[in-house]
Amino acid sequence: MTTRVLNGVPYQSLADVLMLCRELVEDPDFPTVKRWRETGGKVVGHFQVYFPEEIAHAAGLLPLKMRGAQIEARRAEARFGSYLCSILKTSLELALSDRVKLDMFVSHPICDAARNLAAVWGRNFSYPCQILYLPQNANSKYSAQYLRHEYDRLKREIEAVAGRTVTDDDLRDSIKVFNENRRLIHKLYAIKRETPWLLSTDEAYVLMSVGGMIPREEHNDLLQAVIPQIEARTAKPQDRIRVVFEGGFCEQPPLDLLRAISLSCYVVDDDLLIGLRYILEDVPTEGDPLFNLAEAYLEKSSYSPVQHDLRKPKEEMLLKRLKESRASAAIITAAKMCEPGLDEQVAYTKMLDEQNIPYFVSEFEESMTSFDHLQIQLETFVENLLFA
Amino acid sequence: MSDGQTTDSIVGRGNRDGAQLFRDWFENMTHAPERSEKSAYVFVMGSIAEILRVFDFHTVFPEINSLQTAVRRVAHEYLNIAEDYGYSPDICGYVKADVAMQLQGGKHPMGRIPKPDIAVYTNACNTYIKWAEIWERMYHIPIFTLDVPGTRQHLGQTWPGHPDFEEDKKYVAAQLKELIATCEEVSGKKFDIDKLREIMTHANAMSRAWKRLLALNTNTPSVFNAVTDGTVYLGMANGFRGTAAGAKYFNEAVEEMEYKVAHKIGTLHDEKYRLIFVGVPCYPIFRRFNEMFAEWGGAFVSSTYLWFASGGTNLGVEYDVNRPLDSLAEGVLISVRHAMDSMFFQHQTLIDMVKPFRVDGVVYHPIKSCRTVSTGLADNRRSLLEACDVGSLFIESDMMDKRVVSEAQLKNRIDAFFEGLATRKQMAGGR
Repeated sequence: MTTRVLNGVPYQSLADVLMLCRELVEDPDFPTVKRWRETGGKVVGHFQVYFPEEIAHAAGLLPLKMRGAQIEARRAEARFGSYLCSILKTSLELALSDRVKLDMFVSHPICDAARNLAAVWGRNFSYPCQILYLPQNANSKYSAQYLRHEYDRLKREIEAVAGRTVTDDDLRDSIKVFNENRRLIHKLYAIKRETPWLLSTDEAYVLMSVGGMIPREEHNDLLQAVIPQIEARTAKPQDRIRVVFEGGFCEQPPLDLLRAISLSCYVVDDDLLIGLRYILEDVPTEGDPLFNLAEAYLEKSSYSPVQHDLRKPKEEMLLKRLKESRASAAIITAAKMCEPGLDEQVAYTKMLDEQNIPYFVSEFEESMTSFDHLQIQLETFVENLLFA
Repeated sequence: MSDGQTTDSIVGRGNRDGAQLFRDWFENMTHAPERSEKSAYVFVMGSIAEILRVFDFHTVFPEINSLQTAVRRVAHEYLNIAEDYGYSPDICGYVKADVAMQLQGGKHPMGRIPKPDIAVYTNACNTYIKWAEIWERMYHIPIFTLDVPGTRQHLGQTWPGHPDFEEDKKYVAAQLKELIATCEEVSGKKFDIDKLREIMTHANAMSRAWKRLLALNTNTPSVFNAVTDGTVYLGMANGFRGTAAGAKYFNEAVEEMEYKVAHKIGTLHDEKYRLIFVGVPCYPIFRRFNEMFAEWGGAFVSSTYLWFASGGTNLGVEYDVNRPLDSLAEGVLISVRHAMDSMFFQHQTLIDMVKPFRVDGVVYHPIKSCRTVSTGLADNRRSLLEACDVGSLFIESDMMDKRVVSEAQLKNRIDAFFEGLATRKQMAGGR
């Protein structure tokens, strides 16, 4: 039976669930992870953006999405230089301050700072800290085979931490759980897209984000309980513009920023925590499960500024996202000091200019606390569109 | 020839010949389009010149083009143009200078940079990938990522024969074959394996000499400056990799340094402190930066820059030309991986160098422009100081952007560093 960490919270009331999720997402002490550990469970912390959580899950470990926190990075600041994004520092701070205890840490070559993070982490902790080399040449005919082997290497490392062997059937069972989870998250996004007045972007965000810190079976139960309640809401459409929010693939904007956007816009699609829903279709459970996971990452996946694939020029993918969600404008953000995000802003805005699609450009930091200025700018942007 | 004449002709030859060859290289590159010759944009960490030269591509290094604008003190003009175009002040200055160059039709203080016909790059720096995507948008050219899996964790390298290494090698080998097919298409030329063997033989000679050259600075006094002379050598190592001229240049550089060792000719007249430089040089004040150390008798005997910016050539990996493609995959994997290790996992190597190089201090120079090199340096320094008794200095500036280079502040910190080193020496002497 799966360990449960939400202390038997009933899912009857949507308002209660939303409040609980919001508290959990903003709590830098990660109480669900503590509860998991109290029952003897082990934890694999994986840095943004995408991680094959199925492999950790199959070994009985809790895959914990390391996505920073709104904390002061006092200890971590001493381990980094000046010109870095906040998520890098606060993620390490969570571990250095003992708020989060891990048994393994994995980073990815999503950016040069993140690749360094595994080395820094490894100099500070005795548990395994490593880089999962997701392929950056998605267009090589050999990349799926390479990634299959890389996942197998990761599986061996995780087995050593878990103290048990992971069979193909274990992996297949985990793939089923995560397929279900992705279906439910995609359902949340369908609600946002089709009836955005029923679910604000900050509400959708907390419902999705909590999945990165609790057992996925429990997240599935939670989403299954609340989705019908969201669909049954009686809110009416309001006079707001439909926008796509881009720039939340790694460092996360504060919830209050998302709430501020929701006051004037319907965010009908976004790239927030894209790793949790990076794979777009069910991963097959027949055949070689590691190869299936590898192929899904390469062939059945979304996009982000940190995944290079010649078949997915980012600006064309954004245009597709805008069209499919019937958005009339884009909010193009980037976390401060996020090189891939800032690079992509230029490509995005040039394309939007060519297509004559309105956009609002901004930068954010996970620790920002004042949104008045941004809100006024955004309202002006929206009013210009609504009343032009 | 007298001893004095011999000394004059040998000592300083590397810098003289390097400067001339470099000017010729730029001149040749400038006129390549007039001769309908094709150009490949490549990077210093894994240029794959071995393959590209088979197809007679000019190898154009945008990193080198960009740093030249800083050395020649015009980088700010380029940065402003790119920032006006939309690029953030917080991204890599090399990228921005190159974008500005492209927007001005290749205008460069040393010539004119030809447009690319193809771009080939490894994942050793993620910015390479984002950078190539810019050229793809500008010129609609083929861009090719050679994805080289790096070291997964500290001391986690695997070697030939280990199943994980062999899997990584298969991935690199498969991509090299795909690259060859792309090059055939772009160049209109057939792949010639004997030409590859010849190029690999030249690359082998350069690798041997590069490794030997770096080792010669274990001598006291040090015979070359790892930051200033080292940058000249790096330009040659990259621009002339796989050529007879490159091999000759480095064989002669070794000869020059061996001569200096034999005659006790140091890079400084009075070497008092032996230093390792970690990071990328401060190009906006390149000469002055070095002077601030040299004035105190501080000599840079080694630099991580000479490891990663040579694409890991410092390991001295030599190809087996009897199995060229397999050996190339193996060599590229080991060398490029080492270049990455030199940025992410270099702390143990630094610790191991302190004794043989008789190091007094390690100078960490993180820069705003480059997170690849700079992100982990503060933590690296912490682990170095825990492991050994050596002085250290941590100074931040930039490789391109003079707006974040404060010469006065740097000088204050550097002066204080040397005062500390002097005290350490005094105390050590008194024990």
